[in-house]
Amino acid sequence: MPPTHTDGRSAAKVVGPPAAAAPPPPTPSRPPRRATFWRRTTPWFFLAAPLALLVTFTYAPVANMVAYSLTDWDGVSPDLNYIGADNYIEIFTRPELFQVFFVSGYYLAASAVQIAAALYFATILSFNVRFRNFFKGVLFFPYLINGVAIGFVFLYFFQDGGTLDSVLALFGHESDRAWLGTSNSANISLAGVSVWRYTGLNFVLFLGAIQSIPGELYEAAELDGANRWHQFRYIIAPGIRPVLSLSVILSISGSLSVFEIPYIMTGGATGTETFVIQTVKLAFQFNKMGLASAAAVVLLLIILAVTWVQRRLVPDDRVDLV
Amino acid sequence: MTPTSPTPVVRRRVARTLTYASLVGASVVVLLPLLVVFLTSLKTEEQMADDSGALSLPDNLFNFENYVTAFRDGEMLTAFANTAFILVFAIAGTVLIGSMAAYAIDRFTFRFRKLVVALFLVATLVPGVTTQVATFQIVDSFGMFDSLWAPIALYMGTDIVSIYIFLQFVRSIPVSLDESARLDGANALTIYRKIIFPLLKPAIATVVIVKGITVYNDFYIPFLYMPSDDLGVISTSLFRFKGPFGAHWETISAGAVLVILPTLIVFLLLQRFIYNGFMRGATK
Repeated sequence: MPPTHTDGRSAAKVVGPPAAAAPPPPTPSRPPRRATFWRRTTPWFFLAAPLALLVTFTYAPVANMVAYSLTDWDGVSPDLNYIGADNYIEIFTRPELFQVFFVSGYYLAASAVQIAAALYFATILSFNVRFRNFFKGVLFFPYLINGVAIGFVFLYFFQDGGTLDSVLALFGHESDRAWLGTSNSANISLAGVSVWRYTGLNFVLFLGAIQSIPGELYEAAELDGANRWHQFRYIIAPGIRPVLSLSVILSISGSLSVFEIPYIMTGGATGTETFVIQTVKLAFQFNKMGLASAAAVVLLLIILAVTWVQRRLVPDDRVDLV
Repeated sequence: MTPTSPTPVVRRRVARTLTYASLVGASVVVLLPLLVVFLTSLKTEEQMADDSGALSLPDNLFNFENYVTAFRDGEMLTAFANTAFILVFAIAGTVLIGSMAAYAIDRFTFRFRKLVVALFLVATLVPGVTTQVATFQIVDSFGMFDSLWAPIALYMGTDIVSIYIFLQFVRSIPVSLDESARLDGANALTIYRKIIFPLLKPAIATVVIVKGITVYNDFYIPFLYMPSDDLGVISTSLFRFKGPFGAHWETISAGAVLVILPTLIVFLLLQRFIYNGFMRGATK
């Protein structure tokens, strides 16, 4: 679809210039200069604010961050003391700084569960199911809920004698364990919360992609004797590939930059500290701005690398901005 | 369609049952934690202490005392007011800035246009959480730290997704409209104001919804940039419940329900737009 779109536009543009160029002929001597001046500056008038904000709050911080990462700055003192790559060496040699990445593993595994569940529910709800809108709403709603509220809901859920224990008791399973008590079970619990929270987003994205597949394809397939699995395998799966790949990339970068839920629920205690929690603590509690910047640069580079790999593997044919 | 041999019918029936079972199961998983918190918010302190378990019904379904406590002692009124203030400015700014950028990029050919587009494109790849350490210094140097303007500026400045949404809509507006207006003597600003902006209504609705929900729910930015007590937004004010109300789950639950309720109402009223908004927002 995009190519035709672009063609239509360029065609319109080709038609355009003569109409726009029509007025000048009467006064060819002076005005054109002023006209071209205005023509050149008008777009910048519209772009001034967006570009200023973009540079101030995205590019300047990135540049500063790289600069800070080469210093031992504490965030307060007026001058920067360059120490070269020491911060980076520290990150990669002090195991306790690097091990927060292992926590991401739990969230990465959770992402797989999340995408699978979203795909399953998107597929069955794209066919005719009773109470479809109700189920759709229920599955999506958690994504819209405030993170702090979710944190509290699940603190109570995992509490001793809380929701989970009470439900297990209903089934005769008298559990008396602190779900957030050991590193392993705490991380699994927190990753479970992230599945609860984000499955809805993936689900809605998949559902949208599935519904944009023309209905005749299913009919034709059904006439050819294809069952639901075949329909999924040969029609749905290829049809939603771009969205699927986007979800994978979002969940990898999401797993690396988890912050809210563990910070709210455990404050990073019992081995649930994630990379971002650690960075925030380094920067704002221990005043190690240089080290925190280096950590953030490492994270940024990892995420950029992952995105780059994804772009190479699944060429995105919709990047037609210009 | 299918011959009436029993197996496919039985099979279909089993498949149906499993489908519905999984849907009901998922609904229970989603709703139960929320429902329990709602029930807890209606319980009295004594009932919480008597060990009747999380699933028990409250003695009095109309016990709204915890809500009063949460609302008053949790300073939720200030929180809602601050959130509303930030929402209005951040959304207005995002709509204005996004639509202007989209208009300039799509309707003009100028030097460095490709560079500008690339700048916006590359910025989507930089996750906000990674740069906060350095962004903090910039916000601080503007004297915006610990004021409502810090989150407003950050929400306006980092929203590239809305520029994409606007860009797609601007593209679908025929250029011939601009040109006929230009022949009538309209300048670029008039064209933007009188033609482009009004025609962007669906895109504006999308951006308002997506941005509104993001801002309402954000925790990270207000938490970092507005530590003062009187500058709490709903996330940070709710987060502060952790201290004073410690083990008072009935009050914390009431606070959580207070925060979730507006989202639920908006969701029920605007369901369709919300789905569409998030689909457009995420897939760009």
